[in-house]
Amino acid sequence: MTSNNTKNAVNKRYIQNAIDVLMFPLIAIVLGLFVAVFFVMWAKNLGFFDGVATLFSAIWEGTFGKRANFIETLVATTPLIFTGLAHSVAFRTGLFNIGVEGQFIMGMLAAALIGLIPGIPSFIHVILVLLGGVIFGAVWAAIPGYLKAKVGTNEVVNTIMMNFIAMNVSNYFVKGPIHREGSASSKMILESAQLYRFLGPSERVNIGLFIGLVLIFVIYWLLWKTTIGYELRAVGLNRHAAEYGGINSKKNIVLAMVISGAIAGLGGAVHVAGTIHKVHQLVGFTNYGFDGIAVALLAKSHPIGVLFSSLLFGGLNSSARILQKYRIPKQIVYIIQGIIIIFVAADYIYKWFKEKKKKEAIKNA
Amino acid sequence: MKKLIALMATLTLTVGLFSGCAKQESQQPQQPNKPQIRIGLATDEGGKGDKSFNDAAIAGLERIKAEYGIEPQIIESRSADDYEPNLTTLAADNDLIFGVGFKMADALKTVAQNNPDKKFAIVDSVVDLPNVASYVFKEEEGSFLMGVIAGKMTKTNIVGFLGGSKFELIEKFEAGFRAGVKAVNPKAKVIVQYANTFSDVALGYEIAKKMYNDGADVIYHAAGGAGLGLFNAAKEMKKWAIGVDSDQAVLVPDKADVILASMIKRVDTATYTAAKAAIEGTFKPGTIVLGLKEDGVGISKTINPAVPKEVIDLANKYKQAIIEGKFTVPSKPSEVDSFQAPQI
Repeated sequence: MTSNNTKNAVNKRYIQNAIDVLMFPLIAIVLGLFVAVFFVMWAKNLGFFDGVATLFSAIWEGTFGKRANFIETLVATTPLIFTGLAHSVAFRTGLFNIGVEGQFIMGMLAAALIGLIPGIPSFIHVILVLLGGVIFGAVWAAIPGYLKAKVGTNEVVNTIMMNFIAMNVSNYFVKGPIHREGSASSKMILESAQLYRFLGPSERVNIGLFIGLVLIFVIYWLLWKTTIGYELRAVGLNRHAAEYGGINSKKNIVLAMVISGAIAGLGGAVHVAGTIHKVHQLVGFTNYGFDGIAVALLAKSHPIGVLFSSLLFGGLNSSARILQKYRIPKQIVYIIQGIIIIFVAADYIYKWFKEKKKKEAIKNA
Repeated sequence: MKKLIALMATLTLTVGLFSGCAKQESQQPQQPNKPQIRIGLATDEGGKGDKSFNDAAIAGLERIKAEYGIEPQIIESRSADDYEPNLTTLAADNDLIFGVGFKMADALKTVAQNNPDKKFAIVDSVVDLPNVASYVFKEEEGSFLMGVIAGKMTKTNIVGFLGGSKFELIEKFEAGFRAGVKAVNPKAKVIVQYANTFSDVALGYEIAKKMYNDGADVIYHAAGGAGLGLFNAAKEMKKWAIGVDSDQAVLVPDKADVILASMIKRVDTATYTAAKAAIEGTFKPGTIVLGLKEDGVGISKTINPAVPKEVIDLANKYKQAIIEGKFTVPSKPSEVDSFQAPQI
């Protein structure tokens, strides 16, 4: 009887926890859409209900409503899964790896370089391309990780600088050795290096999506079912406590950066090998790495959450196109995304106040 | 938590109620009966409001809208990855689809192949397909005339060229400009620098300032939004600048006093002509080259009063010579050194 009661209590607490965790992201999304309606009313000179109808039908059509758009939603989601996961691993270890963008670019570059090597059978070539992305991304992240662990330099500053280096290194190759005449991009990677497009060659969605889905579970397993993950999370929760418990925090900081960079690099390689088959000369960042910050924040740095939040952000990005078709400014989409982020941040503030209240209650008691 | 939800629900309903009242009976103007063609256009990352290339392309379709009442569907691209899906989306709904910018060539080729029954047009690049019209400009010819003006106006015998990014397209501006300077002032040196951006105004400003400090007194730019930084630097240091693509003295009126002239590139003519042809059923695929002769490039209407009449006349003489085919302006920087301008 008693054990049953405890079990119920545990279950109840579990559900309560889940509600607490999901509450704010869901409110954030609803509010984001709600505020966007007003901008649609303003832009299109419509009433409230017409605004709702216009916005939601456009977003629906742009995300899941039509086959072609649904495919593009999946295409837009794929890189965000990787960058979202990369950020999540870093967040869980108490690091802010803004360099995911640069690591993603290095992964793209690796794929473009290795993808041009002729005479390799397809199966091996694809694996080499992906492996190249992993290594380029991991090395690119290991540098600021090592500096943080050894000398204590701020990883935020270093990774931001590494982003610019990555962009220019990529541009050096794209404009130089692998430049395709008369274009602003590299040569197309060979067919043997391309990821399989399972809906036919003209539909851009590819098995990179499934690589991402599998990776979600791999990262979940890594973080919660292995010693490595336990140590990473321990360092993230409290570095000094972890040290006290015998965990080498320096090793784990480097490791977290390497894992984060490897995921980002893999994402870049998948993007090139699956979706675009070449690297563009970059005049600005690709933004996949930066969007990944939002994805990870909304997902509360949980791999399973990344699945849904990357789908949300990918869907919104993809529906920007359809909004414009109905002459709604694409900026509406960015407004929605911005508001979601603000409310997710508000969650952290709300928690901070709750903690403070609790502490005061303890003090007063 | 429950209170919060309740509050929000109340808020939603209340605001919804009031907003409902404001509903307006604005109907989209319909164009009944006449079976019309539909036109779509995808911009590059510059997007609407770049006061340059994309806006010029859209301006051509605005003229179509005024004349035929066809409102174009316009989709802006957020990054190069967007080109293909944007064009695909447009192709599903429209009969004539424009891709603006040479970077769209690959994507437009793919989409045009997938939609052989639709018509496509691309600006600044050549796509060799039976359903694509390609509009390219001889930017080097217009830039040559700017080079003539700069070469004549410089007192220090140093002039500058600020490029956006080292694309082959932008190198055509550089080559023409340098050839023009060489033709009228062989002693003058041209400092060339690429900003690697078409949007960073601050970087454009810094590069321009450095060039002016190095002795340049006239700078020509082909750097889109970064060129606005050039105008700021010119204004501050009281030096000369030359605009590009549109009549920039009109678009940036507060800097008009430092802008000698602008090299006009009639992207609007390209989109207007292609759309008009499609509407009237005379659309022809193939490559259409627009140079000085076709009035596709040229000198802006606004020329700074500081430019003496002789210089304008000289530029016009060169223009005439190019139109008559007396000489060819080099389109690659590597050809400038061996270029010999005829005496005029």
